[in-house]
Amino acid sequence: MVDAIAVEGLRKRYGDVQALDGVSFRVREGEVFGLLGPNGAGKSTTVRVLVTLTRADEGTATVNGKDVVEDTNAVRRAIGYVPQDSGVDQFGTGRENLTLQGRVQGMSGADLRARVAELLELVGISDAADRIVKNYSGGMRRRLDIALGLVHRPRVLFLDEPTTGLDPEARVAMWEEVSRLAQAEALTILLTTHYLEEADQLAHRLAIVSQGKIVVEGTPAQLKAGLSGDAVHVELNDDTVEEAQRVLAAVGARPEQVVDGRTIVSRVENGGRALPGIMSALEAAGIEVASVSLSRPSLDDVYLHFTGRDFGSEDRSA
Amino acid sequence: MTVARHTWYLTVRQARNLMREPIWIALLLVQPMVWLVLYGQLFRNVTKLGGFGTGSYITFLAPAIVVMNAFFGATWSGMSMINDLDHKVIERFLATPASRISLVLAQIVRSAITAAIQAVIILLVSLALGVHIHTGVLGWLVIILAAILVNSAFAGISQAIALLTRREATMIAVANFIGLPLLFLSTTMIARSQMPGWMQTVARFNPVDWGVKAARGVVLPNTDWSSVGWHLLFLFVLSAVTAAWATRTFGAYQRSL
Repeated sequence: MVDAIAVEGLRKRYGDVQALDGVSFRVREGEVFGLLGPNGAGKSTTVRVLVTLTRADEGTATVNGKDVVEDTNAVRRAIGYVPQDSGVDQFGTGRENLTLQGRVQGMSGADLRARVAELLELVGISDAADRIVKNYSGGMRRRLDIALGLVHRPRVLFLDEPTTGLDPEARVAMWEEVSRLAQAEALTILLTTHYLEEADQLAHRLAIVSQGKIVVEGTPAQLKAGLSGDAVHVELNDDTVEEAQRVLAAVGARPEQVVDGRTIVSRVENGGRALPGIMSALEAAGIEVASVSLSRPSLDDVYLHFTGRDFGSEDRSA
Repeated sequence: MTVARHTWYLTVRQARNLMREPIWIALLLVQPMVWLVLYGQLFRNVTKLGGFGTGSYITFLAPAIVVMNAFFGATWSGMSMINDLDHKVIERFLATPASRISLVLAQIVRSAITAAIQAVIILLVSLALGVHIHTGVLGWLVIILAAILVNSAFAGISQAIALLTRREATMIAVANFIGLPLLFLSTTMIARSQMPGWMQTVARFNPVDWGVKAARGVVLPNTDWSSVGWHLLFLFVLSAVTAAWATRTFGAYQRSL
């Protein structure tokens, strides 16, 4: 079976910034693949190379078996691209936008009309089909964006940050939507996101991208399983991190990371059983604890584990 | 073939959006009406200086106002490209097999269609003001064609500047910078023989003046058809050149992504 997407050693530099520093991955047909990472990690640049908007300085990429540089128009016919910034014509109606998109993709006549009506129905904006997009809500606009990417029945759909800017409710609705579409249209989907939850919910497999490189790749379950045991987060009140690390190591909760200079993350076999011992050891050593939390391995931990950085804080600084 | 088809689809989109806000066409007509009605009245005795080929200043002025309006409209046509760039509409099309040339040509065609519609309206008002177009229906067609060609020649430049700078402020500056000088360095408002010698020389190379010569030539008696033809041809060639330039800058824009 041919890979729907095959990426090999992509490098790209913008001025002083090495946006892509050797990105390689493969996506199988029918798979939903997630690129997860903070803003500026290189996810969008990767997508822009794959959808033929820009060229990499080095490396190769094929989509649907076609080279993105040699066979650009074949790639463009095979893909749907839903960019981060919508790109809809705000002064046209939803139906007009979809019809024009279909036309430049070579569709016409009854087939196009039927497809447009079908998609408007599928993404749930039939009632607003003939209204000017300017008056759409954020969620409706995003649905139209996705429909625009689907008009010509592409084989591979690229969703760049599909839920950025949506409220939590609309986000969950969009997740359901994407899962449904992937099934209904038998699509391969490459999705970028900086929401860990989103990658966890949607992607069959995902790759964590950091500073232009893929740091780890696998199914969400595999990645989480790679971290055995539970994470114990101990937040300290004062500057006693070093001492606390020694105490934790002594009770068999060896510290893995220190986040923000005052939260120690340790990994233990069974969190519930280890916690009382940890608490009393810290108390005995006279270390003041602000909070302690326990978590089953999450993608947050996977991210932290492989990049050495806390996901949330890196994203804020980006 | 694909180029023609895609240009048509993309032009229809733009024309439809324009029609949704016809107030724009009306607003764009206020200025030429001021020139035609107020300026035309104010300076109506200027023909006594001689060299105008008619005693009626408004007859002398009207075809030139059509061309001037087409010219001014063209200098602003890049704004619509910048708007599409800002809203990532162009990027969305770049990820499709849409013809690259069409993305630029549609902007120019839309601008030219606007100029043609405005030309008809200005001519109708001129008729009401007593302007007589000497060569009749053919004259109308020549004037509209001159408006279309002057517009596309400068729209090509405006699109290229839009693609190079991608900033509205720069567009406004450029439009203002070239607008009035090219207007005053032409025979739009005055007979050639009344212009200082050096201005007469410069005007010969001014594409706005080429349009004015062609349009005015068919309004006044004793039409010199070969002069009309040549000037239309110059404008056509210039339009082709500026459209090619705009397309090239589009390539540069793509490479910068």
